[in-house]
Parts: sequence; structure tokens; C-alpha cells
Amino acid sequence: MTTAYRTVIGLETHVQLRTRSKMFCGCAADYANARPNTHVCPVCLGMPGVLPVINREAVDHTIRTGLALNCEIPEYAKFDRKNYAYPDLMKWYQISQYDLPLCVNGHFDVEVNGATTRVGITRVHLEEDTARLTHVTAADGAPASLIDVNRSGAPLMEIVSEPDIQTPAEAMAYGEKLRALLRWIGVSTANMEDGALRIDANISVWPEGEPVGDVKVEVKNMNSFRSLGRALAFEIERQTARRERGQPIEQETRGWDESAGVTRSQRTKEYAHDYRYFPEPDLPPLHVTRQRVDALRAALPRLPDQVAADLINQGAPEADVAELVQDRPLTDYTLAVIEAGASAGEAVTWIVHEFRRALNAQTNKSAAIPIPPAEVASLLALRAKGSVSSTMAGEVLDEMFATGKSASTIVEARGPQISGQDELLAIARQVIQENPQAVQDYRDGKGRAIQYLMGQVMRITRGKANPSAVSTLIRTQLDAME
Amino acid sequence: MADELYRLTLHAASQGLRDGSFTSVELTRSLLDRIESVDGRVGAYLTVTADMALEQAADADARRASGRDGPLLGLPIALKDVLSTAGVETTCASRILEGFVPPYDATAVTRLKAAGAVTLGKTNMDEFAMGSSNEHSAYKPVRNPWDLDKVPGGSSGGSAAAVAADECLAALGSDTGGSVRQPAALCGCVGLKPTYGRISRFGLIAFASSLDQIGVLTKDVTDAALLLGALAGHDPRDSTSAEEPIPDYAGELNRDIGGLRIGVAPEYFGKGLDARVGDSVHDAINTLQSVGATQRQISLPHTEYALPTYYVIAPSEASANLARYNGVKYGLSDPQATDVDEMMARIRGRGFGSEVKRRIMIGTFALSSGYYDAYYVRAQKVRTLIKSDFETAFRDVDVIAAPVVPAPAFDLGAKLDDPVAMYQSDIMTLPASLAGLPCLSIPCGFVDGLPVGLQLIAPPFAESRLLQAARAYERTRGPLPSPTKAIDTQ
Ligand SMILES: [Zn+2]
Repeated sequence: MTTAYRTVIGLETHVQLRTRSKMFCGCAADYANARPNTHVCPVCLGMPGVLPVINREAVDHTIRTGLALNCEIPEYAKFDRKNYAYPDLMKWYQISQYDLPLCVNGHFDVEVNGATTRVGITRVHLEEDTARLTHVTAADGAPASLIDVNRSGAPLMEIVSEPDIQTPAEAMAYGEKLRALLRWIGVSTANMEDGALRIDANISVWPEGEPVGDVKVEVKNMNSFRSLGRALAFEIERQTARRERGQPIEQETRGWDESAGVTRSQRTKEYAHDYRYFPEPDLPPLHVTRQRVDALRAALPRLPDQVAADLINQGAPEADVAELVQDRPLTDYTLAVIEAGASAGEAVTWIVHEFRRALNAQTNKSAAIPIPPAEVASLLALRAKGSVSSTMAGEVLDEMFATGKSASTIVEARGPQISGQDELLAIARQVIQENPQAVQDYRDGKGRAIQYLMGQVMRITRGKANPSAVSTLIRTQLDAME
Repeated sequence: MADELYRLTLHAASQGLRDGSFTSVELTRSLLDRIESVDGRVGAYLTVTADMALEQAADADARRASGRDGPLLGLPIALKDVLSTAGVETTCASRILEGFVPPYDATAVTRLKAAGAVTLGKTNMDEFAMGSSNEHSAYKPVRNPWDLDKVPGGSSGGSAAAVAADECLAALGSDTGGSVRQPAALCGCVGLKPTYGRISRFGLIAFASSLDQIGVLTKDVTDAALLLGALAGHDPRDSTSAEEPIPDYAGELNRDIGGLRIGVAPEYFGKGLDARVGDSVHDAINTLQSVGATQRQISLPHTEYALPTYYVIAPSEASANLARYNGVKYGLSDPQATDVDEMMARIRGRGFGSEVKRRIMIGTFALSSGYYDAYYVRAQKVRTLIKSDFETAFRDVDVIAAPVVPAPAFDLGAKLDDPVAMYQSDIMTLPASLAGLPCLSIPCGFVDGLPVGLQLIAPPFAESRLLQAARAYERTRGPLPSPTKAIDTQ
């Protein structure tokens, strides 16, 4: 007989904040393409006698994140020293937040296959990043470690979830949605591949019906959502197998080995750090005034969930909306198109599919979208009126991107849609005559034959024929031939 | 007179420069010669920056010639080696920082330089400011200029001895639990520790961050006021520095103190106090009463807990502050080590002295999981009680008078094997440090031919009142009938 098990997962997400300067000094925080050890100063190098000064922008970003995650923002927060000895840590202590973080008690709703799970957010706090170590072999063949201090002191936010997640799919959905949210509110690039977003997981498996204990396994080193899912699936299997064999789950830290597809033990409980936290005496407690929180709340954009709900209410398909709100600039653009008169359903679907295709084909991807939203609205209006076919709308759009001309100018230049019966009738007859196989297919009941013949008409008319008129004509002609 | 320029106070030398009686270069040379002739016996300096000092002096003379002036223009001052100095080795009297040359000046040093001061060099101290006798310097002990077999006090013993031996006109020190006041008392100079936050700590190499405060050691109260005026003020690089307004300390100095209420707490006059020290402190209070001050008894009931409280909080903070000295980036290095853990262990083992190691271990223990609440948290609570003792007392009095040290300077080596006995020499200076209050030490007599001090303590940011009271005492007292300093007899 097999026992049923349940899985308890909590996530700790480290997020590098997008600020002008580092957390406690004036060095530029954007060191991505800089040579090693060029974004450094006595403060982030941990030289003797220097003092930290709190970066207000980083505190604001953290509060913004807390508000977006439905957190409470306590009036007092403080920084603490977390003591541990490692060469990537310049002072041998990290300035972090222990018992009075900036944000507490939030929640974040995550959807998997149409079901929503509410994940509690324990806390969001602020700390400083460490330097980067690279292990190399020196010229004499000896192992050596290189230290790049550029990252040292970069502002790092940690989002700690409650253990409310039960499956790898939920964990991945949490990560993906969190990434979109962080980008949406502009606090981070949240790129996992640059290390701007790092997710560690605490996971434990318990026999169904038994109380959940304290023991948990911390899994690290996942550098994509896919590896997060794989690592958690591996752990569920490993821990379940131990339970089956009557072995306990040991409190430990395990690292995910991507190529081997396994987690490996890195540190067991007896070697767990005693971080000896105590209040950072170099920084007075942080008084977060209500005015500051209110101002940040007021300046927060409408969040993806709210925007999505609105669009769905206005008739946009859920799947398209879910895709759209991954991308804040495109969503804002779509809202502007709707504002300019397009219907929500048409705008969302057309932008997610057709418009994004054309946009992605642009070579200069970093630039703002060059077409005024009103132009897209007017193109959609032409399409809705039947003045432009779907095919032609796509071509018109490409031409708008290429030339910067307005939709109406392009459509006018191409000539009006052909809907004159005589002209279309002649073309339809010609197409039927030239495609006996398609005619035969039609007779054999293959519906796709109509589509093929219509495509031929469109080719000849360069997309300018009114599709519904053509469809009717072809059917009438074919039926008449029988 | 010209050959004894080094004996001048800051304000007298400033007057001489202004009058054109001598130049800053002459004054600086006089001090460099004095250092040359006596420091071999005193050991007050770790580094003398003679060339830099003469350059600064020539520059000050040029500025004065072009019509500029300033309260410190051209005046030679010594800096405790705990203060970072750009381009000048800064060791904290520790092996672990041997050869360390900071690329930055401490804000206090920047301000002195901006005021035109001449910096003579870096003074000796107890390693990382941990000690009360200056015997914990990794390089050499400092000797008391009054009796070369006695300690000068610590940890700013080099600064105090340099002032007392006329090897500088004044010096900067740092006071964490009494490190300015105690050596000032034992060396017979004025030592002022301002309110925590009054002077920026940027560039002051940290011992215990919540207690460390830069202070001044001078030949008289007027000089202390002059120096404080140049140093005080908010610094955006130190988030714990205060934005309080800065009074004209020197300008307000000679105000009448009629009606000043002096609090006297029996807790400072109990067991362990040499009765002769107590008598000279009482004499000093009587002197102040003779010029209009009144005396009343107050109670500071938690005074006896200051010592254990301090010896939890200060080592706890120190254990983190000193963690960065691991040989990776500056200071000692160890090319023989085969891996990083071994390298760090060897460097810290070799680089730190025994007193520093003792405090790192005490602090690490006090912060450890399972002990944190019993030690660190409880110590913070007691610190609050000590603070509120003072707040209550200051409802009834304007300043508090007390001894600085329980006894005059002891023999070199006398307490070296007994750390607790050594810690007890700070027992009267610790409470005001824990409360972050401004306080000063001023000579009030001699016991066994050695100076002892009167300590005055004031409410936060009442340095002006503190200096006025000290100045009134100094003026009324007149020159103390003093024995000759040992350093001046050979
Ligand atoms: Zn920096």
C-alpha cells in the first residue's frame, strides 16, 4: 500500500534593484558591462573607517514591491549586521534586515491551469549584494580565486514567501509572475540569466495527514524557471523515496546540478551558520513615514492583475490578455489603442498576434514603438469596416513600420478594396478555371478548397478583395457549375 | 621665547601668528625639534610627517600673507592613528594594518586641514583603541611625561602624552569608553568628548560604532572650544552625525556661570576611589561654587552596571567591525598560506594583539545564538536605564561633576596581566559614553606628583555649557601648583 504525500514549498527570491547608485555608497550600480573592479570605492570595498549611507531609491523600490505584493509597510524598519566570513564579503558582515524588514504580511495570487493559489508573502527586505568570485587556474597551475568587487554593495531585495506552494508548476508560475510584476513596476530587470533574479527554494515532503514539521531542505543554484521546476521535482522524488524507506528528511542545503539533473548536499545542519545578527550601529533606524508610503502607493502603476481583469471584462480573450500583461510597454500601448477607439477584444488579440509579429521583426528593438496608437486604432477600424482585409491589414502594418506613413495614406495608395461584383466575378471565374483540382476537391467535400481558391483571388487582387464577397461569389459559382 | 614656541597653547600661538611674532614654519619646526628631542623617551608618535607638516605650514604662512586668517590657520596638531589620513600610513597601532595607507581623509582631518591646521603626524594608541594604558600598542608603549615609569592612560595615550610633553599644540583622539578623558586626566591636559554624533565618524577606524566619538586633547579649555568649533557638524557620509546647530563655542566660552546647578552623585565617590582624588574633585566643585554655581546631590543608580554593560556592547560591535581585517585587500598579507581559510587564520592570528583577540572573542560569544538575549539584548536594556538615570538627573542639574579616574597613573606593567583591573580604570568614564553625553576632563590637582582630573558631564549637545563651566573653573583655579614633568628635567 502506498502512502500519499504532500509537498510544502516556500521560495526566497533575491532581486537586484535597478537604482542609480549602490546600496550604501555612491558607485554606479549599473556595472553590467564594466571591467572588473572599476565600480568600487572605499565603502563597497570595506576599507577601515568608512560608513554606509542608505540609498533612498532602493528603499523606495522595496516599498513599491511590498505594496504591489499587498504587504504592510511598518513605520519603523532597521538594518542589521549578518556576520559570516567569506572572501566575497568585503566587511565579513553583510548589512541586511533581520527582525524589522521594510515590508511584511503580503500575498500574491498565482494561476496554474485556471486554478488560483494565494501565496503568502512573509516579508520583503533590503540588503547589499556580495562581490563575485571566479575560480581559475593560475599560470603556475595552482588554483586561484579572482574577486570582482563591482557587485559588492549593489542593492539586493529579498522576497520571502510563506510555504504555501505545493507543486513545481506553482513554484514556476510564482517565479514567472513575480518576474513580470517586478519589471512592470520598474524596480528590476529581473533577468535570471544576469543574476538579477535568483530563486532559492525550501522544500519538504510529508505523509498526508501528518502535521508538517520544521525540517526543510534548502535548494539553491537554479538559474532558470525550468531548472527551478526540475530541481523541485527531483527533490519531491528524492524525499518521497526516503519517506518510503522510513528515512527521515535531514535539514540541509542542497545545490542543483543542471547537467546531472540532481541536487547535491552542500551543508548540513551541524554546519549551519550562526549569523550573529545585531542592529547595524552605523545606521539609525529607518522611519518610514505614512506620507512616503502614500506617495509611493499613489505613484504605483495599475498592476497586471487589475489591468487584465479590466480587459477580460471588456471582452478580450483570457489567454491573449495573460500573454499581453507579461509586457508592460505593450500593455500600455494596447490600452492607448483602446483609448483611441478600438475595441478591447480586437485590439488585444490583434496586438498579441499580428502587431507583436511585426514589432519583433523590427531591427531596433530597444526603441519605443514608433507608430502612434491612434494609427493602429484607425487601421483596426478600417479592418472592422471591411475596407481592409486581415491579410492586407498585416501588410499595411508592415508598411507603417517601414515608412512611418499613416494607415489611411497607405490604404488609399493601394487603392480601395475591390468589392465591385463584375470585377470580382471575372477574377473568380478565372481562378476556378485555372484550378480544376481544387474544384474537384470541393465536390469531394473538402472544405479547404474554398480557402485555397480564395487565397488565389487574394493573390491576384493583392489582398484588396473583400473576403466575404469573394467567399460568397466562389460558392455561388461552384454550386452553379454542378 | 622663540625657542620654546612648542609650549604655546593653540590660542596663544594663533595670536603670535596673527601678530607676526613668528611664522607657522617656525612654530612647526619648533615642534618637530621638540618631537625629535623627547619622543624617543615618550613614544607618543607612530609616524611623524615632518615634510608634509612643513609644507602645510608654508602654505598657511602664504595664506596669512595674502590676508587670510582662521582660528586654526598654521597651528600644528597631532592625530591619533585611528583617524584615516590620505597618503599617510594609518595602523591603529596594530600589526594587521601595518603599511596600510588610506586613499581618504577622515572628515575630522578634512575639516582640520580646511581650517588651515598643520598635521604633525600620527599618535600612538592602544591597538584599535582597546585599552586604558597604551601598553597594548603593537609597536611600543607610551610613557607618561610626568613620570616615565607610569602609563599615560589609554587608548588615546599617545595624543595625551604628546600634548603633555609639548610635542604638539593639541591633538585629536577618540573616546569609546573614556579613551580621551582618562589619558587627559592621567597626563594633566584637557580632554573633551563631545556628544555622540557631534563630530563625524567617517574615516575614524571603528572600534564600537555606537560609542566611538572623536574628541580633542588640549592644553586648556579655550583650545578645546576652538578645536570643537572646527570639527563639529553634520556629515552626509556619517548617518549617525547630528544635524544640530553649532554654537560659537569659543565666543560663548567666558560667559558667567552664576546659577549653574552642579549635580554630584555618590555613586562616583564610592569604593575604589582614592580619597585624595575625591578631595581634589570636591575642591574643584567648591571652586565653581565660589563663582556662583550651586551644588546638589543627585542619584545615578545604575552606574555600577556600566562596566559589564560596556564590556558586552563594545566587544560585540568590535567583533563585527574588526572582521574585515582578513588580509585579502590591505594590511598584512601571507603569501605562504596555501588556501584562503589558512591565509585568513594566519593573518588574524599574527596581526591582532592579545587584548584585541580577547575582545573579539567576548563579542563573538555575546552575539552567538543562545547567548544573544542574555548578553547583548540585556546590555542594551541596561544601557537604556543608564541613559534614563542621566535624563532624570538633568531635570534638576545643568552639569554633573565627578572624578575621571579612581587613582593617578599606575606603573607600566602593573595591570597588564589583569584585564579586569585594567577595565576598572574606566569605571567613571563609561556611563557618559553609554549615554552618548558630552563630557570633559580638566586637571584639578596632583596626587603623588601625578595629575588627576575633574570630569564634567552635560546633557546632549550642551557642549557650550560644559566648556563654560570648565573655563570658569580653569579661570578661578588659576595655574595649578605643579611639580616638574619628568620629561623636562633631563
Ligand atoms: Zn562603492
